Amino acid sequence: MTHTDGNLLAGPLRAILGVDLTTAQGTCDGCGARGPIASALVYGPEPGLVARCPSCENVLLRIVQTADRAWLDLRGLTSIEVALA
Amino acid sequence: MARAAVLGRLTWRAVTVTGVRDETATARTLVLDAGDWPGHLPGQHLDLRLTSADGYSTQRSYSIASAGPGPVEITVAAVDGGEVSPYLARDVRPGDQFEVRGPVGGYFVWRREDPAPVLLAAGGSGIVPLMAMIRDRSASDSRVPFRLVYSIRSPAEAIYARELARRVRDDHGLDVTYLYSRSAPEGWRRAPSRIRPGDLVANGWPPELDPLCFVCGPTGFVEATATLLAGAGHPAGRIKTERFGG
Repeated sequence: MTHTDGNLLAGPLRAILGVDLTTAQGTCDGCGARGPIASALVYGPEPGLVARCPSCENVLLRIVQTADRAWLDLRGLTSIEVALA
Repeated sequence: MARAAVLGRLTWRAVTVTGVRDETATARTLVLDAGDWPGHLPGQHLDLRLTSADGYSTQRSYSIASAGPGPVEITVAAVDGGEVSPYLARDVRPGDQFEVRGPVGGYFVWRREDPAPVLLAAGGSGIVPLMAMIRDRSASDSRVPFRLVYSIRSPAEAIYARELARRVRDDHGLDVTYLYSRSAPEGWRRAPSRIRPGDLVANGWPPELDPLCFVCGPTGFVEATATLLAGAGHPAGRIKTERFGG
């Protein structure tokens, strides 16, 4: 199984944060590339989801989910820009 | 509806399968009774969770095939050796239940108020969210021009073939082009091959028209097609991609 992409993170991220982050613009702390979270390269789903930068493959974020709990690690994102309108 | 469809904390809901429809030898549409489903935008997906009697559960994402309102439909292609898709595409029966949450995803979405011409590029079961867009275009009497380029290995793998043929006839402004990668019908002009630059030149839109391009399918198809579109001059922000893996 090869990678999918950040569209797959829509449910897991909204379940944790309550907003759709796939349209948000993320900035990679590895190379500075900026783009929608939907365009990240995603590996998983087991044991967890790992999203990597499409430009430099730096790990942007990781999500591990169980039946009643989720862990979100945002280590590779300098910022996430979300439209409020 | 758009706000309801993308905002708010997500919860799982039980759904009941009310009908099944075979689309090809390996792909099947499931019609779901999803209770007070909040509506969805074409291109959105849902997360689906199966839980076995011993409590083991696993989840996958499936694109929504239907355009709202009405029952929610997903079309699932069986992946050999898959944990979930063979059950959904072969074994599930009306009356079966599982859980879904959604709709989710605001990126790979067509909005009916957007007047830009649309290129849809599908590889295999990547047609599913694009079909929701074609159905929503029709449901809203939109006159936005749509061109679908649909890559499949052979004619037998065409999902929604009859409905697409009917819509090309009845939904003015919809073009459909099949690209066969392994075996084409007798007398087909194009020799079987993966997608090539000329396929998008002949059957897509020039960048000067500022089209919105949606590309969905196996990861290899999506990345090859997105690269061809970028090479032809389409800006990155006008190429929306959704990779199914594979």
